[in-house]
Order: sequence, then C-alpha cells, then structure tokens
Amino acid sequence: MIQSSQIIGSSLPRRNASRLAAGRGTFTDDIVLPRMVHMALVRSPHAHAFIKSIDTSEAAKADGVVRVVTGHELAEICSPFIADIEFLPNMISPPQYALAPEEVAWQGEGVCAILAESRVLAEDAAELVSIEWQELQAVVNPVAALETGTPMVHSALETNLAMELPIEEGDTKSAFEKAEIIVEHAFEFGRQAGVALEPRSVIADFEPESRHLTIYQSHQTPYQMQDVYARHLGLEEHQVRVIVKDVGGAFGLKLHAYPDEMAAVATSVLLGRPVKYIADRQESFASDIHARDMTATGRLAVTGEGIILGVEVDVMAAIGAYSIYPRTSVGDGIQALQFTGAPYRLPAFKGRVRVVYQNKTPCGAYRAVGQPIGCAITEQLMDMAAAKLNLDPAEIRQRNNLGAADLPLKAVGGLEFESVSLDECLAALLTKMDYENLRRDQKEAQRQGICRGIGLATFVEQTAVGSGLYGPAGIRVSAQEGCALRLDPSGFVRCITSATDQGQGTLTGIQQVIAETLGVEYGDVTVEAGDGGATPYGGGAWASRGLALGGEAARLAATDLRDKILAIAAAITQELPKNLSMVTGKIFCDSKFLIDLPELAQIVHFRQYTLPPDLDFEMNVTRHFLPREFPYFIANGIQASYLEVDIGTGAIKLLEHWVVEDCGKVVNPLLVDEQLRGGIVQGLGAALQEHCIYDDSGQLLTATLADYAVPLASEMPDIHVVHVENQASGTGLGAKGAGEAGTLGAPAAIWCALNDALRPLGAQVWKQPFTPAHVIQALHLKDSLPKVAKIFEN
Amino acid sequence: MAETIPIKLTVNGVVVQKLVEPRQHLTDFLRSELSLTGSHIGCEHGVCGACSVRVNGRVVRGCLMLASQVNGAEIETIEGLVETREATKLIEAFVARNALQCGFCTPGILLTAAELLVEGKFLDREEIRKELSGNICRCTGYHAIIDAVEAVLIEEIGKG
Amino acid sequence: MKAPKFKYLRAESVEEVYDAFANYGDDALILAGGQSLMPILNMRLSQPKVLVDINPISDLSGIEQHDQLLRIGATTRHVEVATADLVASELPLIGCAIRQVGHRGVRNRGTFGGSLAHADPAAELPACAVALNATMVLQSRAGERRVEAADFIVSVMSTDRRPDEILTTVELPTPASDDVWAFHELSRHHGDFAIVGVAATAKRSADGLDELRLVVFGCEERPRVSEIAASMASTKKDPAETAAAVANSLNPMSDLPTDIEIIRIQARTLIERSLVDLFEGRRDG
Repeated sequence: MIQSSQIIGSSLPRRNASRLAAGRGTFTDDIVLPRMVHMALVRSPHAHAFIKSIDTSEAAKADGVVRVVTGHELAEICSPFIADIEFLPNMISPPQYALAPEEVAWQGEGVCAILAESRVLAEDAAELVSIEWQELQAVVNPVAALETGTPMVHSALETNLAMELPIEEGDTKSAFEKAEIIVEHAFEFGRQAGVALEPRSVIADFEPESRHLTIYQSHQTPYQMQDVYARHLGLEEHQVRVIVKDVGGAFGLKLHAYPDEMAAVATSVLLGRPVKYIADRQESFASDIHARDMTATGRLAVTGEGIILGVEVDVMAAIGAYSIYPRTSVGDGIQALQFTGAPYRLPAFKGRVRVVYQNKTPCGAYRAVGQPIGCAITEQLMDMAAAKLNLDPAEIRQRNNLGAADLPLKAVGGLEFESVSLDECLAALLTKMDYENLRRDQKEAQRQGICRGIGLATFVEQTAVGSGLYGPAGIRVSAQEGCALRLDPSGFVRCITSATDQGQGTLTGIQQVIAETLGVEYGDVTVEAGDGGATPYGGGAWASRGLALGGEAARLAATDLRDKILAIAAAITQELPKNLSMVTGKIFCDSKFLIDLPELAQIVHFRQYTLPPDLDFEMNVTRHFLPREFPYFIANGIQASYLEVDIGTGAIKLLEHWVVEDCGKVVNPLLVDEQLRGGIVQGLGAALQEHCIYDDSGQLLTATLADYAVPLASEMPDIHVVHVENQASGTGLGAKGAGEAGTLGAPAAIWCALNDALRPLGAQVWKQPFTPAHVIQALHLKDSLPKVAKIFEN
Repeated sequence: MAETIPIKLTVNGVVVQKLVEPRQHLTDFLRSELSLTGSHIGCEHGVCGACSVRVNGRVVRGCLMLASQVNGAEIETIEGLVETREATKLIEAFVARNALQCGFCTPGILLTAAELLVEGKFLDREEIRKELSGNICRCTGYHAIIDAVEAVLIEEIGKG
Repeated sequence: MKAPKFKYLRAESVEEVYDAFANYGDDALILAGGQSLMPILNMRLSQPKVLVDINPISDLSGIEQHDQLLRIGATTRHVEVATADLVASELPLIGCAIRQVGHRGVRNRGTFGGSLAHADPAAELPACAVALNATMVLQSRAGERRVEAADFIVSVMSTDRRPDEILTTVELPTPASDDVWAFHELSRHHGDFAIVGVAATAKRSADGLDELRLVVFGCEERPRVSEIAASMASTKKDPAETAAAVANSLNPMSDLPTDIEIIRIQARTLIERSLVDLFEGRRDG
C-alpha cells in the first residue's frame, strides 16, 4: 500500500497505458456515426495560382457522392481566418478561407470538398473535378521575397513582409568595439514537419433542428476550437461542443485551426449530417504546419576571459503562405531572437527578426517553437569563442551562466526569469557524462584517426505561459486550467480537468497530485479530460503547461475538497477539524482512527438529514489556476551529445546523449524522463535528417515518410536523464513544464558536437539537417559554401 | 456497382466470410468491416508500421496487402494477441516502463516484438533497435521501448 | 490515399498469367510481394486495370542448389532468403545485403524476384545480382529466355522483361570457397535505400583480384560492373588510387556539380573500403 505522501514524485505507470497498448484506444478515425459521410479534398497542384473555373458536374454525379462544395459556396456560411495580434497592428495577415475561392497560395491548399459515402469514393470523385488554373509565379525564397520587383505571395498584398521586429537593449556597438574576441556565424535551419503518427482527424456532426454542432477532433485544445468554429460559422459558443478522445501525437501541430478541418465542420453544417475528414499522410506533409524555416546570422563579443559583452542576431523566419490561426506564425521568429544568449549574463543585445511569407505550406508552433533556433545559435557562438580563447566549452559556459545573484531579471532579449539553476545543472552533467574522461576518449580516438565530437547545449525553456502572452494579443485562448472534483458515494474521487493529454501522462500526474493532496489511495481517483462541453473551461495542452498549471488547479481543488471532507468528519465525530487528517482515505484525529471516506461519502450522499443543517455537504469543488506573479515559468538545463563522424562518407553516428533538466518538482519521473527522451529524439531528427524540401516552383518534394526521414530506432542513442529539482515559486505544487526541453536543446547539442569534431579538420557545418552530403561538403568542398551577407544588411 | 471478391479467412481465431472490393487494403478491411480498430493507419505507404498485423504467422504491413489476397489466410491482430494473452507480458513490460505515450504505434510495435519472442533468439540492444526500425514512434524516442522489449526477451529467452 | 479501381485476378499457374498478359497487355500489373507496388497504387501513381496476384503460384517460390548454381524462385520472400542455410553458406554477399533490405514486415512479404524486377537503382539486391553475375530466367508462352543481370536492368526502374514475360527464377553462381566478396552501403538509416553502395565479388590471386565485379549502386541509373576497377585490381593497384579512378568514372544522377562531387567522394570511400576487404579476404558489411 502506497503511503499518501509518496505519491507525488513516484514513478507510477500511466493509468491509460494498458488500454492503449491493447489497441483499445479511441482515436478519432475509430469513431463511426450514423449517416456519416467522408470528405476528400481537391487540393491545388500549384504553389500560386488563380482559380479561373471549377467544373464539379462530373464529380457530383459520381458513385456514392452526396455533395460537392467549392470555396465560394463555403464562404457564404464560413468566414475566413485572419490571424492578428492586437499589439502588432502593422502585422500583415491575409485571410485564409476554408476552401480557397479565388486564389491559392501554396501547393496543397484546398479548393473543393467532395462528400461521399466512403473516403475512397470521395477520392475517385475528386479526380473528376475539372479546374482551370491561371498559374502565377511562386515566391519561395524569403530573401528574394523582400526584394523590390518580386511578386506578392498573395496578389492582394503589398508586401511579403509579415512583420519586422527589432529588439535592442544596451550598447552593442561599444561592446563589439572593445571586445577582445568576436565570433560570427551564419545558420540555416531546414524546414521541418511535425509528423504525428495519427494524422489530423475530425468528425463534425451538425444537428440542424437544435443547431448544435458536436465535433470529435484529434486536437490539443477543445476550448479554442469551440470558440473558432462558433465564431466562423455564426453559432453561439454554447452550441458547439468539441470532444477530444485519444490523440495519436500532437507536438504543437494539433494546436492550430486548419482550413481543411474548418471545411469538414462547415460542410457538416451545410449537409446537416456527420462529416469525417482524416488527412492522409501526403496531405499531412503538405498541409500540417511546417516549422523552423529560418536563417540567421549571429555575432558574439567576449572579453579575453570569455565573458560575454554583447550579442547581435538577425533572424529571417519564413512562414509559408499564411499566418496560422489563431495564434499567428510570428512567435517562432520572435522566440528565436529572445532565446539567443538567454541563459547567460548579457549586457547588450541587438536583434532583428523579419517574418516573411512564401508560397509554401503555412508554418506554426511546433514543439519548442523558436527556442531551438535561439539555443543552437547561442551555443554554437559560445563554442566558437571558446575555441578562439582555448577555453573548454564547459568553462566558458560556467563563466557566463546566469545565477541566482542575477535574479530577478528581465533580460535584454525580453525574457523574464524568476529562477535559474544552470551551474547546478552543468555540474551534474559533467559528473554524469564523466566529462574529463570523455575528452580523453575523444583525443585517443583522434590519434587513431577516428573523428569524434562532444557538444554541450545549455537551454532555458519558457513553460506554462499565462495570459500575459495571448491576452494583450487579443487571441482568444485561455491561459488558465481548471479542475473539478466530485466525491462519489463509494468514496471514489472523480476529477474532470481542462488539461489534455496526448500521451505525456498529464492526467496521471494530476491523479497523483489529487491523491496525495487529498489523502486517498492513488487508485481511488480517476481523471477525465477532453470534452470541451463537460469540463471546466481552460486551455488544454501547449507550451508545457499541463502539469504545471493543471496540476496546480488540481492541488487547489483537492485542498478545498479535503477541507470540506474534514469539516464533515468533524461534525460527524464531534471533533475539531483542525485536529483531523486523512491518509489513504482514512480520517484520523491525531493518531486515532475515526471514519473512512466511503462511510463518510454514504452519509453525505444519502443521509444528509443526520448532519447539522448549516453544514456544507457539497462534495463538488472546482478550482482554476493561472500564473499571476510571472508570465511563465522558466525551466532550464543542459544537454550533451557524443558523436562520431565518418569523414569519408559524412555519416554521423550518435554514440550517447545526456540531459540534465530542472523543471521544478518532478511529479512522476517515469513520465518526465520519457517526455525528455521523446523530445530529444525529435530534436536529433531535426539536426540530422528531417527536411521539407521544395523545388523552385514551390512543389513539395518530400511528401511521404520514405522521403521525409523521421528518426528510427536503429540510429538513436540511449539517453541519460538527470533531474535537478528546484521547486518553482508561484505554485504550491512547484512543478514547471518539461515537455519541450528535449526538442529545444538537442539540435544545439548536435551543432556543437559536430563542429567540435570537425574543427580540428578546419571544417564547420552551417546548415541543418547535417546530412552526410552536407558534412562532406563542409569537409572537402569548402569553396562551394555560400557567401554570407553582413549582419543586418540585406 | 463495384466488383467484389468473396473471401473466407480466420481472424483472431474466428472464421469470417465477406465480399471485398479488390482495391481495399487489409488494414481498411480489418478496421471497417470487422471493427478491429487496434491496427492503425499512419501512412498507407508501408513505412510507419502502425498497421502491422500477423498473416499466416508472419508480421506484415496491412496497408500493403489487399483484403482480396487473404482468402484462406490466418490473421492475428493486436486484439487477438491480447485475447490469447500472447501479448500480456509485453504489454505489462511496456506499461511498467512507460514505453508508450500516445499509443498509436504501440499495437504495431507489439506485433513486431511478439515475432521476436516467437523466434526465440536472444538479441542485444543494438539488434533490438534494428529489428524495431520498421515501426516508427514519434513520442518515446525508442529508449524505453528497447528497455521493455529487452526485459521481456531476457525473461522469456534468457541472456545469450 | 486509397487505391484506384482495378480488377483482381488470382493466378494459380503461370498459364493464367500469360492469359492475363494476352487479354490486358500493359493494363495488367503483376502483384508479387506488393512492397513496392502497393504504395504506388495507394498514392494513385499508377492506375492499372488489372492486378495479377502471382503469390499463389507455388512453383515460383523456393531455393535449390543445382551444380554450381543457387536457383531462387522469383516469389521467394526476402525472409526465406535471409534465413536459408544455403544462402548463408553459398551466397554470403546476398545474406549480408538482404539484412539491409527494408525491415522485418517488408522482408516477410517482399520477394527476391520482385526487387529485381522493380530495378530501383538504390536497391541492394539488383546490385548484388550484377556483382554475382546472376542470370534472370524469364518465361512466356513462347518459352524461356535467359538474360544476365547486368543486361536485365536497363535503366531506372526499367528492365528487359518483355510485356508477355514473367520472371520465374534467378540463378546465382555460387562462388568457390576462396572467392571473396564485399558489401558497403551508405543510407540515411538502417533498411533504407542506398545513397550510395558497393557490392563486389572477386577471386583472389597472387597478383591481385581476378574477375573483380565491383558494382557501385545508388547513384547511377543502373548497377554496372566497373571495368576500371577490374583492370586496376588485377594488378593490385593501391585501393585508394583505384577507388578514386572508379569514383571519377561514375555518372551520378544529379544536375548539380556539387552534388555530383559529393557522391563521388562518398563512393570513393566505400569503394576503397570494399577493395581493402577484398584484398584482405575480410568478409563483412
């Protein structure tokens, strides 16, 4: 029997796991509704074109077809998405229709929906739709996109620049003038796809009499989507109910509002019957948000002792054809800027981000958003400076790490820190990886002609973001999480939470928090989530918020419920509430057992007449939480990579990987460890092999899993995880988010390890992913490297 | 009216008789005709392995076989492996080790791992990684999966 | 992505296949393992009128030894080839290469003949067939036709098979016990097609390597034996020098000069390693 006090912090297995492993998950495609029709889309084959005419007559007559809908028709009942930010009124954001009525701006943009009795029949009919296109020039290169004379990505726009934002603080000019050492590097980050194994899926069921819309969707936030669907279809919010069952991976890509899903919902309204839309894998590659399509130039100025004097960084973020709805696509570029130099003491900072449209798939937030970019730029510059000064990379970080003495801090880049533990993490890492020995190992290998590299990547992570981010932006996204608790007559406790779980184990963590706070057995609590109409209103899952915020709401609710229970127990047993406590569902007065929870619950539910009339016997509590003291929680840590490079082929073998993470209170190490590992492997994929490749006319060349290489088991290393636990302030639970840390720091660790390996050979990589071809080019074909423009110049 | 092919086969020990459209792949057949939704569709081009099922004793990608081809065949899906308890030890190990997160790839991985157990050969971690490379997992990063499979192999087969 | 409509024919004999060819010509495609064809169909990249399933034809499957030949039936599954004692002892090059072909689920269905008939330039087995000087046995109503592997594979996914023929068997000469082989592959990940690879067989002699059949695959339109390698190795030229010469003779399928140079460098590395393996009689991969 687990003692109540051992539940938080225990590595308990996930309550949902056996069901999922046994194939009893309910993913949206598993759901079948009566009279359900299936949607297939006709998508633009061109990156940029006008639709001159659409002839759907043949398609409408095809076998099994119920209806064919075009953009103009749908626009009559469904308003377009326009992603804006109130405090950036100059940000340009073209409207995005569920089905493009006149102009398509990326290859894959949907223009016509076929509703048929089966998906296969809908696809057959889609081939019969006849469209006359007027092809326009596709703008694919973001640098070219800003040059005068380049056509517009959308014909109605006057510029392809969505936004330009400078951030400047301190005097970087003098910093660079007086610096002993200046290092500079250009960075290119390949466009990536999120690739959740379960593709985006939605079933919309509009009931015309009551005008109620029920939607099953694979999504991270039912609340946001209820709001989106209601507003764009002219329904009241309470008429829309979004239910999220099991989700097969999300990673941020299922956070957004997509035109094709909007089309499925809107066509259900048109038809008055259920419509199912499942993006197939090729559609997923072409239409899920892409991410990380950025180039940057960074400069670092340091003293002769390696102390940072200033940082300059110029980021160009290419975001595809639209700013994603409703959160916009500018956050990634802004974060790339803010996170450059972020873990270190930084007196002066000058940065600029330009967010540029292109005729490519729209980009949006994907696990860790722009933070991996800032981290990779920073850590690489630090290593370059260290190399020039003959300092060990660990040493230069130690000299510059932010520490408790520097806090509280609003950093020059804009980040607000309430806590850091970077030195502690660095020390733990060096111990865990036996750093000195590893360096000796590396040198020995070098003597034998084997090329190995060690890379360190310090990271800070923005987690559990509060309303300070979305509120001022005017984006209708709730930053609070809620937890409703109910005591059943059996003594069992049911929780319904606004947090959602796509496999992280958030619901299990919440169960642990409730059980321990309340004083009941872990197994006597159940947690449900996902129904946007039946749960407390809240956020869901993004930016690593689930346990930090949802867990705190649960703690508050459990505390309240415990107090109510003890008050009733006191009344029943004629004791004082302050002398009572509950452990494993048993109520004690000091050490004397009084009554157990099932018996108390029976009384409260069925024999209230035996209780004093003024006693509160409501065994339902709902509490919400959002961070008020700080806009978010900064978690931090450090990763390391040890790798080997085959300099004859360019192949990289990952030997080992480490992460030391401080995410505050670790509610369940088993769950947090695997979130870190999973995130790291996504970052390794980004560093080594993931790349959405387009040709010059905006055609996506990597639209299958055969072309786009996600990591497989065979190339991934074992990953060592160490936790440092410094309780977060601002919540009683003390947990911060951890979901994105792995993805945040892993690419930087590879950048640094690879360049550490190649530096003695006079080579450096500059372009992620580090394919064997790129490594060979860096080693043997240096003259073919592109020339880089001066920072801030073009 | 589409042409249909009559098939008679055994699925998870139960004889099934259906008429199928020639082009319907095995996974669509299992999911929509037999409501065996434990096998999942992740790509339909044979790369991700989420659709892995056992046909005549061997694990295959269901999306790369036609329902028309399995007349007379014996098929086992994750539901069958759970019912016969063949997958029990694996599932327990996976749950204990948190070797699954969203669970979408897991039935496919269990089908593959079950074949390793049937083959009865001890495999070291690197070999296990190679054997599981036909199943994509996007959530776990594989480390925990390797731990779980290794643990069951050691228990059932013993160290090399 | 759901496949387009087609008619399904289950062939129980090669005669039935000939009938289908006669009735439908180019509109009929053969379904063997399906590991290459099914993705193409699911993505609607091909719209055949008829699929002829040859899996039920038992005569087309099997491995047997005949004099100095190993005869592998066209529909023999990769897994059967990979686990056959005969292959392990007589054709270790195949045994090594086949472990790099896809993954377990693919090897359980994919067929030996199917891989050769598909002729993907980045595939391992076609290159091995050329390195081993295999013979393709093609049958039609008109009779049997035998074609050497190097001539069978004509270009990217294009073979010498005539529209009325079916590949029934692959004959592979079994090397003598002191013959040497080498196999090296660079791919993005395990089981993937090759970025570039080398399959090679030779006879070791005092002067060097005789009858060296060194095949570079993955980068050119078809796997072919390098004459330069054969002539330089026969006089035991330095592997590095030979490798450079062979690499320079390659015509990689790319328009970009930098890409071509990169492939040549990568190929040179694998060629050199293969030559060293061959000279030293090391058998690894």
